[in-house]
Amino acid sequence: MRFVLRRLGFFVLTLWAALTLNFFLPRLMPGNPALAAIGNHRGALSPDALKVMEAQFGVGHQNIVSSYLHYLGDVATFKFGSSLTTQPGNSVGRIVLDAIPWTLGLVGLTTVLAFVLGTGIGIVGAWRRGGRLDSIMPPIFVIMTVIPYFWIGLILILVFGVKLRWFPYFFSYDITLAPGFNLAFIGNVLEHAILPAFTLLITTIGTWILTMRNTMITTLAEDYVRMARAKGLPGRRIMLDYAARNAILPNLTGFAMSLGFVVGGAILIEEVFNYQGVGYLLLQAVNNTDYPLMQALFLLITVAVLVAILFSDVATAILDPRTRGAT
Amino acid sequence: MAVIGATGGDPALPGAANLAPAGGLPPAGGITGARAFRRMTRAVTSNRKATAGAVLLLIFCLVAAFPGVIARDDPEAEIYPRALGPSLHHLLGTTAFGQDLFAQVVWGTRPVLLIALGAGLGTTIIATLIGVSAAYLGGVWDGVLGLIIDVLLVIPAFPLLIIIGSYLHGAGTGVMIAVITLVSWSYTARQLRAQALSLRSRDFLEAARVRGERSLYIIAVEIIPTMTSLLVASFLTNALYAVLFSSSLQFIGLGDPNVTSWGTMLYWAENNEAFQTGQALWIIVPGLCIVALGTAFALLNYAFDEIGNPALRPVRSMRGKRVKRRG
Repeated sequence: MRFVLRRLGFFVLTLWAALTLNFFLPRLMPGNPALAAIGNHRGALSPDALKVMEAQFGVGHQNIVSSYLHYLGDVATFKFGSSLTTQPGNSVGRIVLDAIPWTLGLVGLTTVLAFVLGTGIGIVGAWRRGGRLDSIMPPIFVIMTVIPYFWIGLILILVFGVKLRWFPYFFSYDITLAPGFNLAFIGNVLEHAILPAFTLLITTIGTWILTMRNTMITTLAEDYVRMARAKGLPGRRIMLDYAARNAILPNLTGFAMSLGFVVGGAILIEEVFNYQGVGYLLLQAVNNTDYPLMQALFLLITVAVLVAILFSDVATAILDPRTRGAT
Repeated sequence: MAVIGATGGDPALPGAANLAPAGGLPPAGGITGARAFRRMTRAVTSNRKATAGAVLLLIFCLVAAFPGVIARDDPEAEIYPRALGPSLHHLLGTTAFGQDLFAQVVWGTRPVLLIALGAGLGTTIIATLIGVSAAYLGGVWDGVLGLIIDVLLVIPAFPLLIIIGSYLHGAGTGVMIAVITLVSWSYTARQLRAQALSLRSRDFLEAARVRGERSLYIIAVEIIPTMTSLLVASFLTNALYAVLFSSSLQFIGLGDPNVTSWGTMLYWAENNEAFQTGQALWIIVPGLCIVALGTAFALLNYAFDEIGNPALRPVRSMRGKRVKRRG
């Protein structure tokens, strides 16, 4: 219980740090560019939204302490002001909520898939150590970790989109179709998700494979595995019930953590495929110097990560009694 | 910020020993330095991965140092016919602006390499200072510094880089190094702190304290040399991340658009729809360069990991035994 409370305290502290960063960053930058941007769009904003943004970015000459408190209050009540240029005048909260399902669907499902596949390959690779799978895996992993995500996306677009014309590579569905719950539309959405999902899969799967493989190798050297071998248990059973079961813990916590990175983890992939999720929206806000939208998205991405870390800490404490006393 | 940027490439800094295996620079001096240098040279030449990585990195260093020797064309000059295919005059063809692509790739090496080495060195130095002082000073200092490390660790780095980049409007090489360093030192600091904590009660430190040495001396001469392999790993990992981070930032248009660099080349290529207009090389070649440079750092890192952790070494010699057991 004490452990959970301490993690909760850390959660609140980090959240506060992120908010404070959000508040002071525009003020620290030369010439406070946010101020100018808001000044240019003053006319399009509702008085309520303007008030929120005045506190956040320091329009007018308010006392910085009172602005800061005002800003914290606004965030606590989910007031983020309105968009300046991306969708002028619309509330930031509304725009963000529209983008979230697309990211969750694409990145969320792919993350689960990558975890399951990668862990499986890692288990088999470590079990057949020195075998064919194990000897080609590490070099491929080395290469995969050094390729920029967005570039893999670009190359896939070149090969499967432009040259072979197998898959569409622009937006999340055919713009000529009316969105709705019918087979044609859902099929179209899935078709558009193939290339970005595949890009994400091949760039993230390596970490799962390698972590699983390395922990598994350590676990395979444990006495209880040797004992199981000595007892003459079938190889499959030793691999899964004795070794993998114990070795999977780091991968599981990693998985809990990676769920937090779903929201902001595929920014560049969404950008390359013009897929209208959170990441694409963030870059639109950046390109349009739409600071209120940008700041709200950064906050959302940070909060998602923080919540996931909290969950993974608690999960580890439940699954692995050894960690409870530690931190 | 400026200080870090300025010290980026200075070989006289203590961390410069890290460069030794790659660039062949003389060690920072002293007996421990010379011994560490010899050990590292031996490690690099005896490990195939390390040799490959070092050779690759050396090639990039040479290209970055003497780009004019290799490519005689001015990379910026828009003087050639537009969108030419590869030919003897233009090895990789020309861009949609009429610049020579080969010259751009060659001249683009320098900023990328500077950012990689600068940020790799910067992060390692800051992480060492903060991580080791936290562990050595203990008490309140450790509490505060440890908390700062942990908070920074969980704030998502790439979105934060995007936010900072959007306020800066076109980050040049120095600013890029500074920003990437500031955002990414925390992971290493945490590792080093843990390592230093495990050393705290060792006898040789106790002896130094009894001799009446100052804290600074103990940290610099007694503690830090024991962490050489961690520092090298940190430098290589952070250099790799700096390559990927900076290229990604440049790709989305947050770099200085007037500096020819692989990331900005990709930005311009994407903006001019290079694939659709049949100029695939404009996207493929800079990407391959990023991959090759990243591979150099990753291979070196992987090799040092194998040297430091014997459990991960390939198991060629064990193979015979295993076959016998199975049979």
